[in-house]
Amino acid sequence: METIYLDNNATTRVAPEVVEAMMPYFSDLYGNPSSMHSFGGQVAENIRQARASVAALVGADPSEILFTSCGTESDSTAIKAALAASPEKKHIVTTKVEHPAIKSLVEKLVAQGYRATFVPVDRQGNLDLDTLYKSLDDETAIVSVMWANNETGTIFPVEEIAAQVKKRGIVFHTDAVQAVGKIPIDMAASTVDMLSISGHKLHAPKGVGVLYIRKGTKFSPFLIGGHQEKGRRGGTENVASIIGLGKAAELAGKNMAKEVLQVAALRDRLEKGLLQIPNSMVNGNPENRLPNTTNISFEYVEGEAILLMMNELGICASSGSACTSGSLEPSHVLRAMGVPFTAAHGSIRFSLSIYNTQAEIDFVVEKMPPLIARLRDMSPFWADRPR
Amino acid sequence: MWEYTGKVKDHFLNPRNVGVVEDADGIGEVGSLACGDALKLSFKLGPDKTIEEAKFQTFGCASAIASSSVLTEMLKGMSLEEAAKVSNEDIAQALGGLPKEKMHCSVMGRDALEKAISHYHGQEAKKVDGEIVCECFGVTDKEIHRVVKEHNLSSIEDVTNYVKAGGGCEKCHGKIQEILDSYKGDVKPKPTFMTNIKKIQLIQETLEREIRPTLKQDGGDIELVDVDGDKVFVRLQGRCSTCQVSQVTLKDYVEAKLRELVTPTLVVEEV
Repeated sequence: METIYLDNNATTRVAPEVVEAMMPYFSDLYGNPSSMHSFGGQVAENIRQARASVAALVGADPSEILFTSCGTESDSTAIKAALAASPEKKHIVTTKVEHPAIKSLVEKLVAQGYRATFVPVDRQGNLDLDTLYKSLDDETAIVSVMWANNETGTIFPVEEIAAQVKKRGIVFHTDAVQAVGKIPIDMAASTVDMLSISGHKLHAPKGVGVLYIRKGTKFSPFLIGGHQEKGRRGGTENVASIIGLGKAAELAGKNMAKEVLQVAALRDRLEKGLLQIPNSMVNGNPENRLPNTTNISFEYVEGEAILLMMNELGICASSGSACTSGSLEPSHVLRAMGVPFTAAHGSIRFSLSIYNTQAEIDFVVEKMPPLIARLRDMSPFWADRPR
Repeated sequence: MWEYTGKVKDHFLNPRNVGVVEDADGIGEVGSLACGDALKLSFKLGPDKTIEEAKFQTFGCASAIASSSVLTEMLKGMSLEEAAKVSNEDIAQALGGLPKEKMHCSVMGRDALEKAISHYHGQEAKKVDGEIVCECFGVTDKEIHRVVKEHNLSSIEDVTNYVKAGGGCEKCHGKIQEILDSYKGDVKPKPTFMTNIKKIQLIQETLEREIRPTLKQDGGDIELVDVDGDKVFVRLQGRCSTCQVSQVTLKDYVEAKLRELVTPTLVVEEV
């Protein structure tokens, strides 16, 4: 059975070109980039090139690129650095729909005595900017707003928010792991102070991430150790993965037009096909979202059951249903948007990549209606639904 | 991904006895759309007064569908007395086990069966204690009063986190707020330092008031044997003593509850 992979917001296929670029670093090129000899030194040179490729993808200077182990490390590093830079400031502003990498960290900081504002969103997932701006005060140390939401794909006006926040002299960070590689981002024309990237969301391997740190931003390291990354992160470099990320960044730059046009067209085809299923609806803002993401609720059926039926056909996606998480409540993102429980339980996120084909999408559009109908026939609510 | 057994997958992908029995003798419905799972179980008795036909309709995840399906198979040929003894562990066992997080699916099967049998006998199922405030999750004013009082809750969000009330359509938020308001200015701080006597008293109180009633609902019970420093020795009784997941109950529920309501350093051990 062939796998139809529509779960690219969870992780992506490592591009074959990336694998190829990485291979020598597992065999011949095992030198330590910090070494004095040229055997190690050549590796340092290749890391420099990878850094330049990543910088080019987001319009940054290579010196502003810090390699980390993942998006979560980048997020933790950014928040902790901002708090350490202004120890007298005890207020953090973020949103109700952040990834756990930010949400859980801020909740933990609140338990330690920080004050936090979690900015709400409307029914389409758009941020309540008024509340955000009003929450800023002299105690605010950092504002962290994700560039695009992982579950719905809704894009936030990060540049606009950053400009307003900067006027108040407050540090601005964005978790851009879902945005980088999917939509154009240019740090040279931006006022964002720090931005998190995750390698495996853009066809690089797992285990490597980036924190962009604008020149002049006060910083203190999260991992203390050697002088790697100019003393901003101790620990021997994950060389092969950094090289892979460099290659992936280069490819993402080249494929940006494809991502925005071809992937969006496939996504729209999928969405249009699936919305033919009665009692289905899109969650999020269809006018302003990532080109690869659609989140659809199928009423009167439960997400985990849908996913497992899809699994039998080799189709991979995710759900905001409670049953997939082990908790009793469905996704905090859909709840924050006020999506009714009845729809949240049956929500499925489809996230595409440039590797998907029209044939795959047509297969999914063909198989989903009978699958949903089968589960609905089992549901005690389907026959009695309000019409 | 959940670790489902082959039997769970089989009953999920090829569910037996889907539908509603015509001219059913007993029908039991539990759960709701808001909860994320619901089950309607119906059965019909044959001339020999054993269950001749049983069918289900389920809204829920794979294990909820599988639990319902296997239950309808188990029931066929049983007398009502035998059926009344079917426990949620029996359902889980028939499926070759369920992940711990999914045990509530088997409980749903047992509850629907209980209701269907009560329906046959013409009785109302378990009477609701108090007045239902949150209709989505069937939470009563008494339950909300209890958690607000015991945990000094101050927001609707807290109440939702504790008893789910208010997490659905949100229509009941006004009523929950009224309950919260009735406790304003009545905050009792948790004791931070306590003597051994005080600690033992609190442990006993918590067991009596919180833990035993919950375990009894599932046919189990617990007895306090001894307290030594922060170690609490207990004996599980009734259905708990034979339950496969009793160690989970002991740590995830009994110990967690005691730590929350008495002191966070307690360790519960079974003797």
